Amino acid sequence: MQMPPGKPQWWHQILPKSVLIKIALPIIIIISWEVLSVLIDNPFILPSIESVLLVLSEPFADILGSGSLVGNALVSLSRVLIGFIIAAGLAIPLGIGMARNGKVHDFFDATLQVFRPIPPLAWVPLALAWFRIGLLSMVFIIAIGAFFPILLNTLDGVKSIKKTWTEAAHTLGAKERQVLVNVVLPGAAPTIWTGLRVGFGIAWMCVVAAEMMPGTNSGIGYLIITSYNWGQVQVIIAGIIIIGVIGLGIDYLFKIVERKKFMWRELDR
Amino acid sequence: MTLILKNIGKEFEQRDIRSPALVSINLEVEEKEFTCVLGPSGCGKTTLLRIIAGLEKPTSGKVIIGGEIVSGPTSRMVMIFQDYSLFPWRTVIDNIAFGLEMKGIGKEERQKKAVHYLDLVGLSGFEENFPYELSGGMRQRVAVARALAIDPSVLLMDEPFGALDAQTRNMLQRQLLEIWDKTKKTVLFVTHSVDEAVFMADRIIVLTSRPGTIKEVVTIDLPRPRDRTSQDFATVRRYVLSLIDEPQSIQ
Repeated sequence: MQMPPGKPQWWHQILPKSVLIKIALPIIIIISWEVLSVLIDNPFILPSIESVLLVLSEPFADILGSGSLVGNALVSLSRVLIGFIIAAGLAIPLGIGMARNGKVHDFFDATLQVFRPIPPLAWVPLALAWFRIGLLSMVFIIAIGAFFPILLNTLDGVKSIKKTWTEAAHTLGAKERQVLVNVVLPGAAPTIWTGLRVGFGIAWMCVVAAEMMPGTNSGIGYLIITSYNWGQVQVIIAGIIIIGVIGLGIDYLFKIVERKKFMWRELDR
Repeated sequence: MTLILKNIGKEFEQRDIRSPALVSINLEVEEKEFTCVLGPSGCGKTTLLRIIAGLEKPTSGKVIIGGEIVSGPTSRMVMIFQDYSLFPWRTVIDNIAFGLEMKGIGKEERQKKAVHYLDLVGLSGFEENFPYELSGGMRQRVAVARALAIDPSVLLMDEPFGALDAQTRNMLQRQLLEIWDKTKKTVLFVTHSVDEAVFMADRIIVLTSRPGTIKEVVTIDLPRPRDRTSQDFATVRRYVLSLIDEPQSIQ
């Protein structure tokens, strides 16, 4: 049944419908959380919102002798960055090579297809066996996680380059290497960027998991698992929120660059 | 610089079956001549142009420009494509300067030259725009400026106005003739439009349908600018049309 268009309700003046629909679910979750925490009345299962906010309100305070939220997050970020840069440094050249040269493609493709479906975390025991606990094994897992999305998007991006772009460049006198730098790379850049964005997202998930490996002594993943051992569920939740916020923030940065630099991809039709 | 095609043939291989696309094309194009290659779709006229540009190898025969055999893309001949093929991440001015940049010419000089050619195609003021901000006709003019900027002897144009509406097309035809008159380039222009060929060309090379071979070379000595509605134009047009429409007797 259709409602007659009546006078807008007074609350629409403060909160337009378009905003209301977006914040409705978060509000429902927060209210249910608070209600449930009162009903359950057990901070080891579901702490109150206030206790989580209390942890979040002091992001630089030491927690259980394991460092602060911010400090551990920065440690995790630096690990991700190392693994991510290694992955990008391998995947982008390899992707370009495979997309441009059939022999390079055939040489690597079958092997990569076998490795691709293996979840990065399945490598954890092997990483421990090979590299022991420490930066190296974490970077290894992060790099594996970020590698495939970057590789596949690079392949895709280079393959999607219009043939006439490279041909036009050739007839305008560009040498093979110049075509690569001035046409292939910029032409594939938007798709490669998407790969980097997805790859970073996965790398960020991997670091948290990698930091839960036994023997680790820093990082946001370590902080969470330690808090679990101490029964500090409010710290676990605060840590999870920090992970989410950082992941979201980095994704947003990627999107801003995408919008500024690669607008032509959407508009060039 | 004279362009000579000697016995050009091209075969394509499909599932081990060789099928000829072009058969024994012999042609000599004089310097500063405006030549149209006309033929039904699928006759291999684009393939012929790509062979001349060095983008494809002929199965037999050779292309000679200024006494040298063409073995790959050469900056003496620049190809202009139907889809403009501008680089969408570059501004108009940087698109035009592309060839100069590849040659290693300094920024100041290439900007100056690019501005000159942008002016020549009548697009002054669009330096900092991106290709996606321009209409199809304007994009093709940028592509022409980009080709002219490296000062080639020959412009190879592959149905350059094929994707444009009739009005824009007529305007660009006139404009291209003006530019041709000013720059005195040799132009090899592929089209399937009889009207376009008769309006533009000194000579029309009429190809047969696949496998393409030269059916007839029609010299057009109507004075320019040509009047599409004149009796003479209609007569030539009708004659060329009859060549295209005739039932083919190949083999």
